[in-house]
Amino acid sequence: MPLIPINYTIRNISRHKITSILTILGVSLVVFVYVGAQMLSNGLKSTLVATGSDDNVVVIRRSSQSEVQSIIPYDQAQLISASPEIARAGDGTPLFTNEIYVLISQTSRSDSSMGNVVVRGVTPKSFELRPRVKLIAGRMWKDAGSEIIAGKSIAQKFIGCGLGEKVNFGGREWTVVGIFDAGNSGFDSELWGDIVQMSDAFRRPVYSSLTFKMADTSQFAAMKNRLENDRRLTVDVSREKEYYAAQSRTISGFLNIAGTVISMVFSLGAIVGAMITMYASVANRTREIGTLRALGFGRFNILFTFFTEAIFISLAGGFLGLIAAYFLRFVRISTINWDTFSELAFNFEISPQIILSAFLFALIMGIVGGFLPAVRASRLKIVDSLRAA
Amino acid sequence: MKVFKLISRNSMRHKLRTILTIIGLALAVMAFGLIRTFIKTWYAGTEATSPNRLITRNAVSIVFTLPIADKDKILKIEGVKNITYAAWFGGIYIDPRNFFVQFAVDPATFFEIYPEYIVPPDQYEQFSKERRAVIVGRRLADRFGWKIGEQISLTGTIYPGNWDFIIRGIYTGKEPITDETIFLMHFDYVDEVMKRDMPGRVGQIGWYALQIDDPGHAARIASTIDALFKNSLAETRTETEKEFQMNFIQMTGAIIVGLRIISYLIIGVILLVLANTMAMTARERVSENAFLRTLGFRKYHLIGLILGESLLMACIGGLIGIALLKIVSGVVAVAIAQFFPIFKADLITYIACMLTAIIVGFGAAVFPIQRAIRIKIVDGLRVIE
Repeated sequence: MPLIPINYTIRNISRHKITSILTILGVSLVVFVYVGAQMLSNGLKSTLVATGSDDNVVVIRRSSQSEVQSIIPYDQAQLISASPEIARAGDGTPLFTNEIYVLISQTSRSDSSMGNVVVRGVTPKSFELRPRVKLIAGRMWKDAGSEIIAGKSIAQKFIGCGLGEKVNFGGREWTVVGIFDAGNSGFDSELWGDIVQMSDAFRRPVYSSLTFKMADTSQFAAMKNRLENDRRLTVDVSREKEYYAAQSRTISGFLNIAGTVISMVFSLGAIVGAMITMYASVANRTREIGTLRALGFGRFNILFTFFTEAIFISLAGGFLGLIAAYFLRFVRISTINWDTFSELAFNFEISPQIILSAFLFALIMGIVGGFLPAVRASRLKIVDSLRAA
Repeated sequence: MKVFKLISRNSMRHKLRTILTIIGLALAVMAFGLIRTFIKTWYAGTEATSPNRLITRNAVSIVFTLPIADKDKILKIEGVKNITYAAWFGGIYIDPRNFFVQFAVDPATFFEIYPEYIVPPDQYEQFSKERRAVIVGRRLADRFGWKIGEQISLTGTIYPGNWDFIIRGIYTGKEPITDETIFLMHFDYVDEVMKRDMPGRVGQIGWYALQIDDPGHAARIASTIDALFKNSLAETRTETEKEFQMNFIQMTGAIIVGLRIISYLIIGVILLVLANTMAMTARERVSENAFLRTLGFRKYHLIGLILGESLLMACIGGLIGIALLKIVSGVVAVAIAQFFPIFKADLITYIACMLTAIIVGFGAAVFPIQRAIRIKIVDGLRVIE
């Protein structure tokens, strides 16, 4: 006996349009929420991963966790800058930078809430070490002036950080003379200025962190070991990529757990919706089912037909939810990163894994919601069902 | 009364469908209530504040310190009754994941300014006598199973090195919303170690908490303090304790907005489930409704019947949802007690849940009612299914 044609299933879905549409919408809402949370967590991770580069190394004070708490005295910085493992620029100088990292409170343009904005005092080598950072408007600061440049996300979000605007900190008024684009990395959420001016303004005769490029990355483990065990130094050495990726820990952990728990509870609602639809679909077609059985289609065949109907509905919902969630890509979120206590902007970002898991999620909803009704359909007795009104 | 009987009979015509609908509604209402409670909890820190307290911190940002010498200058300002200071210690207990709040405080004044932290007098005395002594919150002690007399080692992040402390007291909160998860140490001890290891960082505190005579004077006192330190090396920013806490919460504003959006989407799910069921009943009863009208029932009778059925299911679902919320929020509260000490669904949340269910009950009835009253009796009688 051949299978009941798939066409029958599809036509049945369009028979009760409103019911089908409502069920599909229910599933799509759940998938939308699930995908949204995953995209947010993924966007945060990829922003921070993009911030670091593979062959750069970050040095901060031992067990200080992040640059905010870190302090590196000049003598230690000097010792490290003389390491033979550091790559050289064309002119023979080491690709090494020492930076100051402080947080300042700024007021948001939209709702006048406060945010912690990173101010980074940098050296010319800082730009060589982060080739993604490019000036897109205005100009660079001039030496010996109170001038800074702003990352594009910060420039948009905070009062005083836009081109030509003025920010007060460290007892001075700073003019934003340029805007830079750091390729959607974490640097887009920072203000950069000359390190000499910054250490002067903040009266900080120390560095926050050191960054350098390795000539040969395979030497990393040996060098980390050497620096961390040097008695003259109290530092933690990590690859830049890992250093920044670790900063996504708290928020993406929170988003993953919260997103999954919420969508689980949500999905129960959608599963119930699917069950209602499928039971109705079985009840409305009792006679039809009897007829099909009388024609010789087997129980399993009936089960399979109703099962595929439920799965079609749920996959359609999954698809719709994904499409809606896809448009979240154009939304940019700026919030505090708990690991660094500073403002960070990132986008919702989709990935093949998310798409796959969204369909899987929708599929599971269809299977759970469609199973019992399909079993009921397959168990109907031919005579009884033919007799049904 | 006959009408009610008809409504309840109608709704029990498809028992399974009605039960499923109510289950769906109840679950969604519960989820809605949980998210609302979570958002409330997020703001709980601002509710535990006192209008009589002001916080003075470095104007640049909270990570910058203030000199301890400012204390006496602030105390001289009219309206300031008492002052204490604290610093964020930020040590790691075994693993960064064991995060809890640690403040280095001035034992003499801290508990005067914060009377809601209650310490037994003998424990307080022990604590004040010993440099390395700490007082911890009851929930924090429960979390790690700490006992009085136990030694606790922290690895400093802001204050480098390994630090050993001894628990000499456990405080409890006066109000249920008081935070019982803080670890309080002597600022003097931290400062002494700094004197030895990093002389440049001696006498630097994180923020001042001051008690004022009248909340009405808050704005004047705050601006007086900030004006006093204007153009100094450490300019200040003074705000009420509530505003101070609010700043932290607003920093995570995007996440709160996300949760709110999700809670509205949940209403969407409730609506879809109920609307689906009501649309089915509308379809099934086209000819029946026409029949009722030939018997003399008017359009408003039909409206009442349909609306009544929709509201009946919505209300039962809402009530079960509230009951579930009560049970589940209790379980959740235990699970997340270490991060959010006060997770409890309040009366407003319950009312909001019920109102949502009722509104959804109305919303789901709109389409079936339209359908029932638009159709001509003749056409309705003609329909077969």
